[in-house]
Amino acid sequence: MSDVKTEAVTVSVINQLPDASIQGQSPLFHADLATIAKSGPKTGGVTLKEEALLGHLTLRMNPENADQLKAAEKVLGVALPTQPLTSASKGDVVVRWISPDEWLITVPGLKAFEVETAFQKEMKGHFQVVNVSGGQTIVKLSGKYAQYVIKKSSPIDIHPSEFPVGKVVTSVFAKSSAIIRRSGENEFELVIRRSFSDYLWLWLQDASREYGLVIEA
Amino acid sequence: MSQKNRLQSGGRIDRSKPLTFTYNGKQLEGFAGDTLASALLANGVDLVGRSFKYSRPRGIVAAGAEEPNAIMQLGATEATQVPNVRATQQELFSGLVAGSTNGWPNVEMDLMGLVGKIGGKMMPPGFYYKTFMYPQSMWETYEKVIRQAAGLGRSPKEYDPDIYDKMNQHCDVMVVGAGPAGLMAALTAARGGARVIIADEQNEFGGSLLSSKETVDGKAAAAWVASVTKELEANENVLVLPRSTVNGYHDHNFLTIHQRMTEHLADRAPNGQVRARYHRVRAKWVVLATGAHERPLVFANNDVPGVMLAGAVSTYINRYGVVPGNELVLMTTNDNAYRTALDWHDAGRKVQAIVDTRKNPTGPLVEAARERGITVMAGSAVIDVQGSKRVSGVSVASISEDGSKVTGSVKKLSADTVASSGGWSPVVHLSCHTGSRPQWNDEIIGFVPGATVQKQLTAGAINGNFTTSGALEQGKQAGADALEKLGLKAADVAVPATVEIKESKPMALFHIPHTKPTSQAPKQFVDYQNDVTASGIELACREGFESIEHVKRYTAMGFGTDQGKLGNINGMAIAAKFLNQSIPETGTTIFRPNYTPITFGAIAGRDCKELFDPERYTAMHKWHLEHGAKFEDVGQWKRPWYFPKAGESMQEALNRECLATRESVGILDASTLGKIDIQGKDAREFLGRVYSNAWAKLPVGKCRYGLMLKEDGMVFDDGVTSCLGENHFLMTTTSGGAATVLTWLELYHQTEWPELEVYFTSVTDHWSTMTISGPNSRKLLEELTDADVSKEGFPYMDWKPMTVAGVPARVFRISFTGELSFEINVQANYGLHVWEKLFEHGAKYDLTPYGTETMHILRAEKGFIIAGQDTDGSVHPYDLGMGWAVSMNKPFSFIGKRGMKREDCVRSDRKQLVGLKTIDPNIVLPEGAQGVFDPTAPIPMPMVGHVTSSYWSANLGRSIAMGFVKGGLDKMGEKVYYPLVDGRIVEAEICSPIFLDPKGERQNV
Amino acid sequence: MFLIYCPHCGEYREEEEFQNRGQAHIARPLDPDSCTDEEWGNYMFFRKNPKGLHHELWVHAAGCRKFFNVTRNTATYEIKEVYKIGEQPKVVA
Repeated sequence: MSDVKTEAVTVSVINQLPDASIQGQSPLFHADLATIAKSGPKTGGVTLKEEALLGHLTLRMNPENADQLKAAEKVLGVALPTQPLTSASKGDVVVRWISPDEWLITVPGLKAFEVETAFQKEMKGHFQVVNVSGGQTIVKLSGKYAQYVIKKSSPIDIHPSEFPVGKVVTSVFAKSSAIIRRSGENEFELVIRRSFSDYLWLWLQDASREYGLVIEA
Repeated sequence: MSQKNRLQSGGRIDRSKPLTFTYNGKQLEGFAGDTLASALLANGVDLVGRSFKYSRPRGIVAAGAEEPNAIMQLGATEATQVPNVRATQQELFSGLVAGSTNGWPNVEMDLMGLVGKIGGKMMPPGFYYKTFMYPQSMWETYEKVIRQAAGLGRSPKEYDPDIYDKMNQHCDVMVVGAGPAGLMAALTAARGGARVIIADEQNEFGGSLLSSKETVDGKAAAAWVASVTKELEANENVLVLPRSTVNGYHDHNFLTIHQRMTEHLADRAPNGQVRARYHRVRAKWVVLATGAHERPLVFANNDVPGVMLAGAVSTYINRYGVVPGNELVLMTTNDNAYRTALDWHDAGRKVQAIVDTRKNPTGPLVEAARERGITVMAGSAVIDVQGSKRVSGVSVASISEDGSKVTGSVKKLSADTVASSGGWSPVVHLSCHTGSRPQWNDEIIGFVPGATVQKQLTAGAINGNFTTSGALEQGKQAGADALEKLGLKAADVAVPATVEIKESKPMALFHIPHTKPTSQAPKQFVDYQNDVTASGIELACREGFESIEHVKRYTAMGFGTDQGKLGNINGMAIAAKFLNQSIPETGTTIFRPNYTPITFGAIAGRDCKELFDPERYTAMHKWHLEHGAKFEDVGQWKRPWYFPKAGESMQEALNRECLATRESVGILDASTLGKIDIQGKDAREFLGRVYSNAWAKLPVGKCRYGLMLKEDGMVFDDGVTSCLGENHFLMTTTSGGAATVLTWLELYHQTEWPELEVYFTSVTDHWSTMTISGPNSRKLLEELTDADVSKEGFPYMDWKPMTVAGVPARVFRISFTGELSFEINVQANYGLHVWEKLFEHGAKYDLTPYGTETMHILRAEKGFIIAGQDTDGSVHPYDLGMGWAVSMNKPFSFIGKRGMKREDCVRSDRKQLVGLKTIDPNIVLPEGAQGVFDPTAPIPMPMVGHVTSSYWSANLGRSIAMGFVKGGLDKMGEKVYYPLVDGRIVEAEICSPIFLDPKGERQNV
Repeated sequence: MFLIYCPHCGEYREEEEFQNRGQAHIARPLDPDSCTDEEWGNYMFFRKNPKGLHHELWVHAAGCRKFFNVTRNTATYEIKEVYKIGEQPKVVA
């Protein structure tokens, strides 16, 4: 609950998480994926898993500012990917290039405030770090047919020659949008917005139906 | 009489797999591998429809996509009805139910047929325009009768149970057509390592080779096709798409493919499979290997069933083992069609004669015919046909060397089938889709693709190269060219050997003369589907239509579902001849997508029912559902509109919600408000430029309302922005305007003021926002937080971080109801938790959830505007009486300032937003009602502005409204009248829009 | 459906990711208050509508959200070049 003070209050940062007695509800909470995982089919062509309640931070800064790059690396333990459409990861930290001056960082949910605070401490000059954890969630699609589900939903070319492991794009996804990252040869990670998550959950079930959908808890 | 026309052997059908189907209520049998058309012909079905205008009997003419007559209604149940399916493209399956579409009341006994016969002369081209367009008021009546009589099939009346979807595809080379040219192109490109898609509309690859007796690479053509197809299918970089029509070729090499996945299997897609898939293809290079359509000749009564294309007759014999008649007369302008006579003869049926329009046909195919004892009548033509529901004979006469007139006596021959060939027209449709105009080629007597800006290659018959060896050679070349352009290595592919039969020069002839002039001769059909005749085209030209595009529209040539695939070139040639100009001078019409009709199901894909449009939900949506909310669409958001209790009407629910909020406490889910996190040392300066009011001195911890204007000075959005830190602001926008506002900020930052250090990030979805409002809201909040929320400790228009119900929150003391209000923002993962805690503690205060409608009423009682309802892009802040939200003294000329100074913006008689009190307090004015100052003025009365917001206010016990009135701000107390559609004239008094608590004492406590 | 090269993402993307924002290089007058009505009217309302080369402002709305310029032939729909804000076109009519 403390404002981080650098000189005067220039930027307000609050720890947004309550104590552990209050359970957070991810955007797909209402779908009760845990129960479906237990009672639903165990084999199929596509597997869906929600990576719920991670810490999502948007970072805006100047990619040509060496000091800021250094500070970011210090905070995250991994250098910012400055090549367009690439990502970097180390341990439980994943950094996705979104725009020349924008990255999406995901960390374990409980670490978000710590990372936010560290940025305010380590980084100088003009930048922005915004906690967006409540506004989005990650859905992982894997399996042999995951690629077809993506092809039904997105106009992006995901052939391995064009879309290798680690590549990340922001694009339209069905009638919504998603940040799509190839996290494995047959695995795609979608960052989707909270308000569209029910629509996309319906969409993904529908698009996967012909291949058989398995829900993983 | 089962399959009387079926041969004992030969063809690509499987005689061990008989299939039963129903046509016009009759059960018939065919074989696996048949199309509906080949099965009908095997069963001796001559009649498949009635013509559009004259209702003449029509039979199958072609064997592919160009078929104009055999247009079927398919479907065993109401839900699976599909209109306008070409029988020549529909594969037969067991249980298929088909009926002819155009015949009224039925195809065998047609009432319109009489009209057609008598009315023939009564229905010249332009008939509909000339006759039925006037009087205009009668058109609807005419149309019903015409449409019913025309009978172009019908759509199902029940919901389609099948699934359709779409898939995005990318490739290096998209090959359209899997005939010899397409297969070679695909093979070459694939071997060179390119990512290839090859699509063909037929069930099997091979194109012309499927009905050919040639050898390729020393084996039967079909065997070569099979081996190439197998290699392509085995290559993981090749997508092989049979039953897939490339329907459109759009900008930048974007193509659409309609793949029929189960339409050959059953009436309904089995096991929930996808019935049809729409591929959206982006190709680096495109190879068009679309082949050619045979051109029929135009002669008298050439529409009697039994008159067919020569190539189609060969296809039925060679591919389907069906000879569609007993006695054949072949009329041709070229050697190629001689094959049809040879095929017919070799199938054991009689060829009455080959009627060749050329004076002196020679060459191996001509010799082969003569060797078989077939009569070849050179320099002659079939000038007329006898028979009505089937050909019974033909009239043959010798013609002049240029084919312009009959020169000899007329001889009658007995025949039940007339095959005709006027040569071949390259299928340039896809090439035309991109805007390219076809070019006339005298050598091949046809149009070939013209210049293009697309990355497009062509191969085979589309270029006028009608030989198999030429197609194979050009296909390989196109594949090799694509590889080179893609920067890939050349592939090792040899052109397979073929045996070439030499053909002599064809004759350029389109329209066969008759002994009578065209205008008096029996009908010579050019476009079967729209009943366009040679005399009709001449009439159009005589009436002054000289542009071929005009002739087309006047006669309706090419306007059918077949897009004139057979008739257009003949029509142009006839117009050219009549206008005494060359075909290139006359030019050609071009084609638009789609190449063949496509079902709405395939176009819609999965974007139907609950997936039609995304519904956006807040974190509390489940609670709203459980508590019986009625929802309102706000953009894509589903927002609670009101929460009726059992038995309550909407107005009763609103009255209760409004009173509860003013008397105790209400709660609104405001999470849909757009929210933008703004940081940077120039954030303040930026806000000053995009809002009309001042931001330079707003201290940390304070909130301020702002109006956002366009450069023209007009209001486009509004909201409260709070100062979170010296360099940190949280902007809110209207629910519908969130994305627009963010893009607006980025536009100005990126293109006008990049030097300002500021970043914008959307946090709309991140924060759950709930507003508790009403005199008891403070007491409720105090129960859930330790923070000081007293009047002194937390004054109006302040914000504070605090913990609410155990969850860290930012709470804003802002009010849209005019009551004491707290807007609580928590991370959305905890939104529902806090919401539910508020209700646990709120029960004793009768905490009442309210929706958008109560919000609208409460704010209207206070005279607060809603951007988009009380503004429409044509009002500036002064029009709204909101000059207090404009700071003209800011150093930077903010967006909208200069715009507001335009002459039109400073007129005194602009429409201005005022309050409206109806004299009868029980009348609620309809929103949108137009006001007048003098209700006795003659109509049209000068209108002075419309009602923008109007409600019943339970708190005030009367109706309230806001609206625009010309010069209204200076007319307080004056009257304005609203003449309504029901004849009433409602009188209202112009007043301040603040109906309740003008001093703001209720919110400042 | 255009295929547009985003100079910020460094690859071709489908048109559905982009929005066209009209004619490019319409600079906001530095001192709007001293503009005559005519000057302001030209800035606000008057745009070219050429058949042929046209410089347009686009935004990669569903992608990186950056604005950039496109030189496009309005007759053939060919995109001749894309270039960033602040840069000048190389292909001109």
